[in-house]
Amino acid sequence: MIATLITQLLGALAVASAMMVVLSKHPVRSVLYLVVTFFFISGLYIMMNAQFLAIVNIIVYAGAIMVLFLFVLMLLNLNKDAEPKTPTIIWIISTVAGGILFLVIIAALKDIVLVSSKGDMAELSNIGLVENLGTTLFTKFVVPFEISSILFISAMVGAILLAKRDKQVID
Amino acid sequence: MSVSILLITLLSLPLTGALINGLFGKQFPKVVSGSIGTIAVGIAFAVVLGLFGQIHEPVKVNLFQLIHFDGFNINASFLIDQLSIWMALIITGIGTLIHLFSMGYMSHDEGYYKFFTYLNLFIFAMLLLVLGSNYFILFFGWEGVGICSFLLIGFHYSDPIKGVSNSLAARKAFVMNRIGDAGLVFAAFMLLNTFHTLEFDQIAKALHEGTIAGVSLNSALIVGITLCLFLAATGKSAQIPLFTWLPDAMAGPTPVSALIHAATMVTAGIYMVTRSNFLFELAPMAKDIMLYIGMATSLVAAFMALRQNDIKKVLAYSTVSQLGLMVVALGLGAYTVAIFHVTTHAFFKALLFLGSGSVIHGMSDEQDIRMMGGLRKIMPITHLTFLIGTLAIAGFPLLSGFYSKDEIIGHLYAENPVLYGVIMFSIVLTAIYMFRLYFLTFHGNFRGTEHQRSHAHESPLTMTLPLMVLAVLSVFGGLLNLPGLFIHDGAHWLTHYLNGAPGLGLIEHPEASVNSTLLLMGVASGVSIAVLIWGYLNYVKNGSLAKSDDQLQGWELLSANKLYWDEIYNTIFVKPAEHIGTFFNQVIEQKLLTPGIFALASLTDKAGNQVRKLQTGLVSSYLFWMVLGIIMLIVFYLINTISWN
Amino acid sequence: MQASTVNIDFFVILATLLFVIGAFGVMIRRNMIVLLMCIELMLNSVNLLLVAFSTYYGNADAQIFVFFIVVVAAAEATVGLSILILAYRHLRSIDVSIFNKLKG
Repeated sequence: MIATLITQLLGALAVASAMMVVLSKHPVRSVLYLVVTFFFISGLYIMMNAQFLAIVNIIVYAGAIMVLFLFVLMLLNLNKDAEPKTPTIIWIISTVAGGILFLVIIAALKDIVLVSSKGDMAELSNIGLVENLGTTLFTKFVVPFEISSILFISAMVGAILLAKRDKQVID
Repeated sequence: MSVSILLITLLSLPLTGALINGLFGKQFPKVVSGSIGTIAVGIAFAVVLGLFGQIHEPVKVNLFQLIHFDGFNINASFLIDQLSIWMALIITGIGTLIHLFSMGYMSHDEGYYKFFTYLNLFIFAMLLLVLGSNYFILFFGWEGVGICSFLLIGFHYSDPIKGVSNSLAARKAFVMNRIGDAGLVFAAFMLLNTFHTLEFDQIAKALHEGTIAGVSLNSALIVGITLCLFLAATGKSAQIPLFTWLPDAMAGPTPVSALIHAATMVTAGIYMVTRSNFLFELAPMAKDIMLYIGMATSLVAAFMALRQNDIKKVLAYSTVSQLGLMVVALGLGAYTVAIFHVTTHAFFKALLFLGSGSVIHGMSDEQDIRMMGGLRKIMPITHLTFLIGTLAIAGFPLLSGFYSKDEIIGHLYAENPVLYGVIMFSIVLTAIYMFRLYFLTFHGNFRGTEHQRSHAHESPLTMTLPLMVLAVLSVFGGLLNLPGLFIHDGAHWLTHYLNGAPGLGLIEHPEASVNSTLLLMGVASGVSIAVLIWGYLNYVKNGSLAKSDDQLQGWELLSANKLYWDEIYNTIFVKPAEHIGTFFNQVIEQKLLTPGIFALASLTDKAGNQVRKLQTGLVSSYLFWMVLGIIMLIVFYLINTISWN
Repeated sequence: MQASTVNIDFFVILATLLFVIGAFGVMIRRNMIVLLMCIELMLNSVNLLLVAFSTYYGNADAQIFVFFIVVVAAAEATVGLSILILAYRHLRSIDVSIFNKLKG
């Protein structure tokens, strides 16, 4: 009962803060709202007993990536007036398109009967626990795991190379 | 040797000769390419002789299947019977002689190898025509000879003076032939519809058994078919109304005129009607029409020939007139007699044309007989052979022409004495203009230029040898079909031989009485000898000459201007067709269709321009269009799977 | 706590909503950085859905997939931001509508 309420509340708050990310005028506030959204999503993960992912979400996403965004934003040192304005017509079209997309997807999924093998989360599954996840990761998915390290190396090298200061750039 | 092997050899020889000359002839020396052409046809002649000795019954050889529909097949099959072998003998025999003649005649020409290519191709197509066992192969050969005729008439299309008129003459020949071909196609369709086959023997059998509905004596269907066939024959065999191409076709080199427009192609129509005798026998109305058209053509052409001054034009009108005589024979149902006249006509007309070629060659390409005269001393062999040919065509007694004409006259007299009188008038005219031609060319004083006199010479042996061979044939050709009056055992050999062909043996002819035969022969002989004497007196003793153009009056003017026939056709048919064509070009094509097509094309251009605007370079808009696309996909899915209850 | 009785449909709708909001953000915002953030939001909505299905069906593969999505998102954000800095150095603005050299 309580758990249901908390899940639904967390979901609503996540939606609300996501809306604020999109609508807020100040870019720094958008970043902060996104961090808050990540927290709420992690909360949802915990309610679903996906503990490892909840923590990873916080540490990696909210902790590292969002901080990176914030750094870049501070670096550029933009104030509120430099924020580009979109014409009103674009607002209308985008709202309508987004709304129709949502409706259409819901309508398509309306009649689907999802047969859950575990019921309505009646038994909290132990899938999200670290041991189980770790076992699967290091037996079945060990190759993608190793390759992802290569991905990181290439991303790091790429980032450094791209952001290196050229000699001729007018600053 | 088996018949099919002989047949394949026969057909492939001229075709191979044409291919070799066509592909490689430019690199050969002239003697080689000419020899290839001549030898190819010569060996074909030997093969036909072999078949002639071997075949006593019709043999059908089926090579392969061409078209297969529900209910009927059209095969590449060939019927080797007496009629087709006889025609093939004429084609290859006279063809060989003319190839030999061309080796000498065309020796100064640039396109030597091309000439022999076309000639061999023509022989091939003509052989297909006469050897085919169904109307399809016949049509194939029919079109083939039409094309070769076009190519050969317009052979000197790049000549600076006459090139354009040569091409126009070739075009005229082709177009008029085409009008006739429409008749053949219609007839073939009607035959296919009625009999479900195009094979000669099967149609003959079906008619004999009387099993087809709608077919009876003079029924509309049979008359329609036969008249369409006859229309095709008028195109190819130059009868009224489609004969004006033949005089114009004299623009081609003389061997072409000899081979195609005297001996072989123009007889294709006669052959086709003879082949279809079983159809024509059921349509007496069509035969009557043929009779009258043949007579009219014979008279009109003979009249036009009276005052022509080009040596080849006179012979051309004479060909039309003789073809009219053959059509008269067909109209009387005397098919074998018509083939007999085809044979003798091939002999003496080819002789006359080749002789005129020899004269033209010796006179440095002069063709006007008003510039000739006294050539009998300069060109003795040509003169003698030309004289024999003239006598043969005029029906001088005991020569070949006399016998064949006499057969036709005999049948006509038995049918209708009034028409006999009309034909005799045409025969008188024939004798008159031929002797006029002979005397003006070879007797009297030389009327040409000094340059021509100094260069005038007899032709070399390659050219005079065919003349001599043809002269012998013209003299003794009558022996092929002697009437029963003279000998008893071998009488009418050709008629009996040809009666082995399908359908021909079934036709009955009334046997003329001895008295009437003698009377007719006497009249015909008397006429030809009388005209000979008149011609001698008029042209040699009195020395009268052909009038120059401004002195012509009255009937002479009409004759020299060919009764203004071409001008009438021009006004009725050619000019309106040109106007329609111009109208379609200027109004419909340039004002409607071309702008319309361009507008359609520019539509694509404009559409592309509009679609181009989707590429804004802005990621947000791309996402927008993607979202739109996804929406449409899902809506499409929903519409298809949603249940409406 | 007692077990939650939330149906999986709740998570489906929630994920869809988050995704649509993210798409809406990409269509609307001209600020390059906020654009990148909205893309991250879309990725997260997918993560949410994957974890929901993994829990309701007892399949661990989906959570591993989420793990790798996070990895890739991290790498992508890094490189994206460095490109952004480079572009800013040249064009002195972070308005997306200026980067239209691919306009055809």
